[in-house]
Amino acid sequence: MRVRARHPLRACRAANIAVLVLALVWFIPTLGLLVSSFRERDQILASGWWQAPLAAERTFRVRADAGAAVTEGGRHVIAGNVFANDADAAMPGRVKAFGVSSRAPAAFGTGLRADLVGGGSLSVGADGHYRLESPRAFGESAPTIYVRATMPPRFSLDNYRRVLADDVMVRPFVNTLAVTIPATVLPTVIAAFAAYALAWMEFRGRGFLIAASAGLLVVPLQLAFVPLLKLHQGLGIGQGLVGIWLAHTGFGLPLAVYLLHRAMAGVPRDIIDCARMDGASEVQIFSRIVLPLTYPALAGCATLQFVWVWNDLLVAKVFLPPADGVRVMTVAITDDLLGSHGGDWGMLAAAAFISMALPLLVFFILQRCLLRGLLSKAPEWR
Amino acid sequence: MADLRLAGIGKSFGAVEILKNINLHIEAGELFVLVGPSGCGKSTLLRMIAGLEQITAGTLEIDGVRMNEVPPARRGIAMVFQSYALYPHMSVRQNMGFALRMAGQGRAEIDAAVTRTAHALQLGSCLDRLPAALSGGQRQRVAIGRAILRDPWVYLFDEPLSNLDAALRVATRIEIAKLKQAMPDRTMIYVTHDQVEAMTLADRIAVLGCKGIAQVGAPLTLYRKPRSEFVARFIGSPAMNLLAGEIVQTGEVTMLRLARGGGSIAALVPTCPGDKGRRVTVGIRPEHMYPTESATHALAARVELVEVLGEVTQLHFAPCRPGGQTVIARLPGIHAGLHGRTLRIAAAPENLHLFAEGRSLLYR
Amino acid sequence: MPPLVMALMSILIGVTGCVGYVYFSNLVLDRVIFPASGQTCARNIGRANLVRPWLFLFPALAGSMLYLVFPFAGAFWRSLFDREGDAFIGFANYRALGADHVFQGALANSLLWVLVVPAAATCLGLIAARLTDRLRWANLARAAIFMPVTMSLVGAALIWKFVYANDADIGLLNAIRATLGAAGPLDVLQIPVWNSFFLMAVLIWTQTGFAMVILSAALRAIPREIIEAAIMDGADATQIFLRIEVPQIKGTITVVWTLVTILVLKVFDLVYAMTGGNFGTQVLPGFMMGVMFRDDGRASAVAMVLMILVLPILAWNIGQARKGGD
Repeated sequence: MRVRARHPLRACRAANIAVLVLALVWFIPTLGLLVSSFRERDQILASGWWQAPLAAERTFRVRADAGAAVTEGGRHVIAGNVFANDADAAMPGRVKAFGVSSRAPAAFGTGLRADLVGGGSLSVGADGHYRLESPRAFGESAPTIYVRATMPPRFSLDNYRRVLADDVMVRPFVNTLAVTIPATVLPTVIAAFAAYALAWMEFRGRGFLIAASAGLLVVPLQLAFVPLLKLHQGLGIGQGLVGIWLAHTGFGLPLAVYLLHRAMAGVPRDIIDCARMDGASEVQIFSRIVLPLTYPALAGCATLQFVWVWNDLLVAKVFLPPADGVRVMTVAITDDLLGSHGGDWGMLAAAAFISMALPLLVFFILQRCLLRGLLSKAPEWR
Repeated sequence: MADLRLAGIGKSFGAVEILKNINLHIEAGELFVLVGPSGCGKSTLLRMIAGLEQITAGTLEIDGVRMNEVPPARRGIAMVFQSYALYPHMSVRQNMGFALRMAGQGRAEIDAAVTRTAHALQLGSCLDRLPAALSGGQRQRVAIGRAILRDPWVYLFDEPLSNLDAALRVATRIEIAKLKQAMPDRTMIYVTHDQVEAMTLADRIAVLGCKGIAQVGAPLTLYRKPRSEFVARFIGSPAMNLLAGEIVQTGEVTMLRLARGGGSIAALVPTCPGDKGRRVTVGIRPEHMYPTESATHALAARVELVEVLGEVTQLHFAPCRPGGQTVIARLPGIHAGLHGRTLRIAAAPENLHLFAEGRSLLYR
Repeated sequence: MPPLVMALMSILIGVTGCVGYVYFSNLVLDRVIFPASGQTCARNIGRANLVRPWLFLFPALAGSMLYLVFPFAGAFWRSLFDREGDAFIGFANYRALGADHVFQGALANSLLWVLVVPAAATCLGLIAARLTDRLRWANLARAAIFMPVTMSLVGAALIWKFVYANDADIGLLNAIRATLGAAGPLDVLQIPVWNSFFLMAVLIWTQTGFAMVILSAALRAIPREIIEAAIMDGADATQIFLRIEVPQIKGTITVVWTLVTILVLKVFDLVYAMTGGNFGTQVLPGFMMGVMFRDDGRASAVAMVLMILVLPILAWNIGQARKGGD
């Protein structure tokens, strides 16, 4: 009997299925928001996003246009279409049933004639055309028509247009960039110097400082807020960009030092020694040998800091003034959109995706660097 | 010309003492090899000479000038590292020119020097490659070339051949020997744990043991007249056989009886009358052993394993008790069919070494 | 000045300032204070080398002193004073906290978060890393799992509010329940105790991708020979994973664990955006933000408690740094 040799580490079907499930569970919530960001507010509320590609059944009401009333043979007639509004006109749905009161919004099938309470009748066709007839004039208040219709799936960029056009997110986007870039570059540069000293210079207290940098990693930021805010006010910086740059720089240092120290300590000792023998000064060893060799770690470290600052809400809330001018995106989303536009899911979703775009891009470009920066010792020396 | 004087040099990390009271005088223009088992501190000693480790005791002088506090680059020393320590992000050209650039030389000048040296080392075609694209041998040559370019008075080599394969190791060893011949006035200090490298390259060898320097001398002195059992076993391959024996007659020629031999054999080591009856260790190098029919032999033992190498045959004799030391004899030529036989082995009197308490009786 | 221009200016000033500082301070040290020439040359070089590390360290040292160490020390001091900060009251703030039921709830929740989230994210990340490693469509799966990493917690909160929504026509969770025949929609964010886990799920969801990416790189760095030796020894895939691979990447696992823990400690956004700390989901950072501007003494005491919570990780990290540092 021949036994088929199988590599023991080859993925089996169970692994495939497990990964599929995992990936779906991870992706579906985001997909939900993504789909919703292309839908309209009432669609979002009417049916789950997973039904978005299907025709959705929607019940709505239309007030007949009293101004369009005409008299035909002594009877007052209003003719029109329930899908007349701008959004619906392009892709009209199909009426399944209609009614004349909110209690029975779908009492009549299409083609039937419904009697109005005050006399007269209403008929609605499947294509949405309705005809109201009454012996008396409609006056100011035309009757309300209740319609249950299947609407075709509809996607639009409206939410994005609104978010970008209203200046809801453009200004915060620029602000976020303005906060993030210096708050990424500064701590990385400062930490690189310190990490070099910790990794390759000998001095008393070095072990203590390395330990301290690891310890500071877990100091809760919150406790620094009150004293620092006072300090900033005392220095005349107050709340503003400079203040938040300094704050993010201070808060980001421990992690940057921690990661860069690991990376720099991974440079082979012989290479540093060789540079010393070649007559390079410490500044030269740092700039010409260690920096180029730990470039991926620097990029990785900067990426982490970038994403952390970009997504930060807490520090921004404390160190930026509450005024509109310098609001960042996370604050704009939580306060503005969740507050004033509360429940406008479509707009929120679009805003969330705009805020996600840049970090996602940065991450995928710098993914390789990030990995090498976080892995303690690069395996490809020599 | 530069000679090095190490006086009472010691190194300790905190309370741990690694090297203690090392005294050496390395002559100008010699190739001096520091050899010893791994972990004996020979690399640390080299790094102290280079200035990469602080000297915690004693003084180091190069050309009569105290160097303890002088930074590495100002000691007039170049070093070839075991791992080559090429800068991975620089091309061969940049690697070789780095020290000159640090010294502030002009670009054109550096370029000319690099090109000249690279061609001499057959590296001309890979000047613009990164170290990762080079073979092991090429990297080694870049490391050496980098040192040559600085034209120092003293070269330090830290086990430069240990990362090469056997054939390349021999070739590079010969290149280093030629390099030394080409610059007779430069001093070279070479650290290795391989006694073949030590024997073939050195003008003088220092054998470093755990307790400091065991012996300093020319290669053949170390081979012929080892000061201690440690040196005797370290120099020569396969290692010297050490057999238990007893002195039965003293004088210019000492007569001995070995535990596993028959009759008394002669050793050309002078002893004084008080030594009679003293238990000693008798050392015989494998290549000095020969089979004999005579009743007075050093050793009679059963052949347990035969290794026929072509030019020589190595016989491994069974130890006298299980777990004991095997004895190896190296006979010229091909000797097949000896397996399982019991042989009598003897050695010439001038090839016998006597040790008491680990120290040679020659040096008293 | 538009903020972006200001940002670029600040980078220019900051970076040139920093680099210039290190360059020139070294220059001054070597040329002016301890010149490497003359009779005292060797001694001067030695002295300069004693000072030099501190030149490199100074900006970082000053930054972290000012922004972390002093506030931390100050917070401890402040926590011993009353609301106005005038009267020294010893440990009364801590005693008051001990008696506060809201605080106890927040403390219990925080403990739960610190224990559950890093463990779950690391484990899931490790499993995902291992499983995706040998798949053909690994990159696709990884991208899906990784995407939440780049999101702000506010964005993640939004996404999951959508999933948890108390309406079978909006919330996926309730839609699934409805399909399975459960009666009526359920607001999972209001079920006591369990709601905390639903919140944690969101953070785990964002952090698993991070753990996965790093751990899978670590897994790939394990020499092939070791794995092959284990195959020859008859180990099956699970045994290889648990007994060979996991012990090999222990260091990376702990780094990931630490990084996730740090994030958990600072997590305020998520709870704030999803439940506002109501329904018994409050965590210490949120609780602290609540009392911060009312009673600084109390808030500082909360921060101290938060610190104590992470002391084990801190001690472990310091131990690691000690081992690797010297």
